[in-house]
Amino acid sequence: MNFGRFFRSTVGIGLTAAILLALPFVAATGGQAWVRILDFAILYVFLALGLNIVVGLAGLLDLGYIAFYAVGAYTWALLASPHFGLHWPIWAILPLGAGLACFAGVLLGSPTLKLRGDYLAIVTLGFGEIVRIFLNNLNAPINVTNGPQGITLIDPVSFGAFKFSGTTQIFGFALSGPQKYYFLLVALAILVIIINIRLQNSRIGRAWQAIREDEIAAKAIGINTRNLKLLAFAMGASFGGVAGGIFSAMQGFVSPESFSLLESIMILAMVVLGGMGHIPGVILGAVLLTVLPEVLRYGVGPLQMAMFGKMLVDPESLRMLVFGLALVLVMRFKPAGLWPSPERQRELKETGK
Amino acid sequence: MDIFLQQIINGLVQGSIYALVALGYTMVYGIMGLINFAHGEVVMIGTLVTITVAGSLIKAGMPVAVAGFAGLMAAVLVCMALGWALERVAYRPLRNAPRLTPLITAIGMSIVLQNLAMMIWGRNYLTFPALLPKMDFEFAGANFTMIQIIIVLVSAATMGGLLLLVYRTKLGMAMRATAQNPAVASLMGVNINRVIAAAFVIGSALGAVAGVMVGTYYEIAHYQMGFMLGLKAFTAAVLGGIGNLAGAMLGGILLGIIEALGAGYIGDLTGGFLGSHYQDIFAFVVLIVVLMFKPSGLFGEKTGDRA
Repeated sequence: MNFGRFFRSTVGIGLTAAILLALPFVAATGGQAWVRILDFAILYVFLALGLNIVVGLAGLLDLGYIAFYAVGAYTWALLASPHFGLHWPIWAILPLGAGLACFAGVLLGSPTLKLRGDYLAIVTLGFGEIVRIFLNNLNAPINVTNGPQGITLIDPVSFGAFKFSGTTQIFGFALSGPQKYYFLLVALAILVIIINIRLQNSRIGRAWQAIREDEIAAKAIGINTRNLKLLAFAMGASFGGVAGGIFSAMQGFVSPESFSLLESIMILAMVVLGGMGHIPGVILGAVLLTVLPEVLRYGVGPLQMAMFGKMLVDPESLRMLVFGLALVLVMRFKPAGLWPSPERQRELKETGK
Repeated sequence: MDIFLQQIINGLVQGSIYALVALGYTMVYGIMGLINFAHGEVVMIGTLVTITVAGSLIKAGMPVAVAGFAGLMAAVLVCMALGWALERVAYRPLRNAPRLTPLITAIGMSIVLQNLAMMIWGRNYLTFPALLPKMDFEFAGANFTMIQIIIVLVSAATMGGLLLLVYRTKLGMAMRATAQNPAVASLMGVNINRVIAAAFVIGSALGAVAGVMVGTYYEIAHYQMGFMLGLKAFTAAVLGGIGNLAGAMLGGILLGIIEALGAGYIGDLTGGFLGSHYQDIFAFVVLIVVLMFKPSGLFGEKTGDRA
């Protein structure tokens, strides 16, 4: 069955739209917590697709992607909270956050142009850590980030008088805060999916893929590898910045803890686990890796009670254990990811790998 | 001046620990091009095993020296078994997989090991039993302890042993051959599987020794301690040029000293604007600066396009 064609057909689009529309209401029957989890799943789809540009298309292994997310989140948090008494509108902050993240991307990209593969990975990782350490410590002598306590009471997303927090009545429907964010995030995710699809087969996208496959050959056929690598970093970073801004507004709270290396690794795992460079795969990876730990959170405790009548092991660590094992097993049996692109599958078969 | 000397000594001690852990990363990387993210976790398990074994032996009334030695041996054996199992179960099936696949596996194994350790040893900080006598020395205004001297000596001896193994034995030759070209090495009769397994086992044994020393030095241990240590050690390996044994040793020591000096002087350098809690950024800033000018590390050979 050809999923690609299915999703492009009218029936497919209609069905997908219907499911996307119904999802937050179905989830709400299990409580608003599940709608929130859905929100995060889509936020991670957004992030993973941003990283997919850098890692999947251009082949630059970035282990510090969360830094750009942090830049976006803190831009929003500082400019729209009582911390500095500023309450800028979304029209100003979101582009500014994206712009600053983009700048950070170029800042990281420019000294690392010569580096390859794993050297690049460790430098990006270091960059991510540097950003986190600064966020953690910039509360003295001048209090900029409020240190490990983070920033609270951040303004929600609002367009004029329409706020995304709290419940509002629209056409007789009562929409809760997380549900409203859900629709905002879906809209943004669709936008980033379209950008990704358009990029993939554009001149730029093909140049990125050429760099990914063989940088020297790409240079030899006249691709400006320097500018294109910087562009990949900048573009991926701006997506991270936008996602960070929304995250900040949605949570109402940010602290450096949300931007640890583990988060970068998780986003990378989403891209690789789903199928690097393949958009549906990346979406699948992001949704699975967000929802699976939550399902486990609610699942492992009661399951243990049912099976053994008591809590044998701490559910929190069991949950992470199962999660780690799942990563290992998927990679063991689907080395190219759960849903790799057809070309990649063919390559793997041909080379007998 | 005495602060300078003091920080050099502290850095040397910390650096020798980094160096031992970095060797585990660099051996595996040199031979199979894999960042074994779970290596820090192996070190952590080494420390925790020592706590259990040595702690219970001391409680049973054994002399501290015997208990300490038994703890060290237990840690080394457990870590060797763990390293072997990691390679056999997690990485060997992926040897021909796409490049990022084993990286995700390594991260998965790291999460698994951390949580296993939490289930076994709990989520609290554990006290490491005092295995070495506490003695202080003074030299030119700087203080150092018996523990520090022993850490430096033990790592120097371990690293010397490793160099002998790699450059003077048949197994070492097989390892170097595999690192250069696995396909040709196997045509020359080298058993690649055995060599790779050996790299993991030896690397893990070094990690266990490092784990015991970390425990002795800081006197506490925790199931999450492996992560940052592993990260720093990996940074050290890259700094020296990953895949290069001498590079990992020097990279580790250099990193330790830079960190210690940085932590000692950052306040003065920035006029009090940045305090010593910025210590952790030094490792990464130095790394980025070095790689800008020497993209394959201080002592690394120029690598081909492996990305």
